[in-house]
Amino acid sequence: MRSVFKNRTVKWVLIAAFWLLVWQAAAWAVGSKLLLPSPADTAAALVSLCGTSAFWKSCLMTLLRVFAGFLLGIAAGSALGVLTAASRFAEELLSPLRSIVKATPVTSFIILVLLYLSSALTPLFIAFLMVLPIAWTNVAGGIIATDKELLEMAEVFGFSRMKKLRAVYAPSVLPHFISACTTGLGFAWKSGVTAEVIAHPSFGMGKAIYESKLYLETPELFAWTAAVIILSFALEKLVMLLLGRIVKWK
Amino acid sequence: MEVKHVSFSYGEKRILDGVSLSLTKGRRVAVMGESGRGKTTLLKLMLGLIEPDSGEIARDNGERPSVVFQEDRLLPWFTARRNVEIVAAPGCASEEILRDMELADAMDKLPKELSGGMQRRAAIARALAFGGSPLLLDEPFKGLDPEMRERIAERILSYAGEGPILLITHDEREAELLKCDEIIRL
Repeated sequence: MRSVFKNRTVKWVLIAAFWLLVWQAAAWAVGSKLLLPSPADTAAALVSLCGTSAFWKSCLMTLLRVFAGFLLGIAAGSALGVLTAASRFAEELLSPLRSIVKATPVTSFIILVLLYLSSALTPLFIAFLMVLPIAWTNVAGGIIATDKELLEMAEVFGFSRMKKLRAVYAPSVLPHFISACTTGLGFAWKSGVTAEVIAHPSFGMGKAIYESKLYLETPELFAWTAAVIILSFALEKLVMLLLGRIVKWK
Repeated sequence: MEVKHVSFSYGEKRILDGVSLSLTKGRRVAVMGESGRGKTTLLKLMLGLIEPDSGEIARDNGERPSVVFQEDRLLPWFTARRNVEIVAAPGCASEEILRDMELADAMDKLPKELSGGMQRRAAIARALAFGGSPLLLDEPFKGLDPEMRERIAERILSYAGEGPILLITHDEREAELLKCDEIIRL
């Protein structure tokens, strides 16, 4: 058994198979597709959904909203991180805003934002809002944690501001930035889809999840959820691949 | 560079009390003393990283010291070569300096892939490539065996030429290796 587990692919296939079996056993035990559809019911619902244009359009719209919100959140959060790490005044002035965004329940924000923005833009804005403090905290933390001895060295050897940024700060902040991207992407998906459930845009995976629940189409609800997980996983891999390229380029 | 009656305290504790030294052309000064006697503090003062409580540190116009810190302070994400090249004066043969520091086979390795002694030599190579004056060396031979110390000391002297050197050490033999003509005990 131990030798089989040494092969990574085999190991993951076995782990996936184990959890599918647990799910299947639970579905048998419950005995109702309405309460807990089996993996096969879910797969069938997913295949059936894949044959409709509405499915692909919903996936595309959610993907665009989540990704745009994520990118904007990372950009604005990083800029605020740099600003607040560089200026004590800026940190003191802006930190209450970060604390409020972190502590406020996402549903309160969704309902509030719906007063000002369209149902199509609300999920994008919510994803942005959830990613913002994550990028902000991580980037500021990375800058503050930059090795003081290396900064002294850079000072003594006359590094220009740009050289200091490229050779000392950027590589120090990079692990914190990558961490912000992985955590932020997860939050962007969860909050973006939740916002779609509440905001009901014309097309969106969250809206589809809500409608599946409304019409008691539990296998479809599971299928949509599976689609969200698959897309979220794929987007995370893509972002990590791009970040990996940037690191290699450096 | 000239240190004139410099005193410095950390809180209530006086670390340096009226220290003076002069680093004129060709002069080599060793500063010795037990741990905690202010040797590294003196280096920081000379580098302008901290200000003295009293006294003065006079620098010539445009004077830029080269330094080997007590810690290697290599950029961990760059190879030994890039660590040297990034500070090298224009036209400086960084690779040759690295070879002279006996790092020919290690120059494309990251600091974490180098032994302690190799990292030390990379830090010395960086200071030599920077080409500043005076050359300030804080325990430069830490982690090097006696034969290696001799060879590296010779090459440091060769690169420094007539430039003044300040050596911080607790080992008098190192002052001899760098042919110091004055020893200041703290």
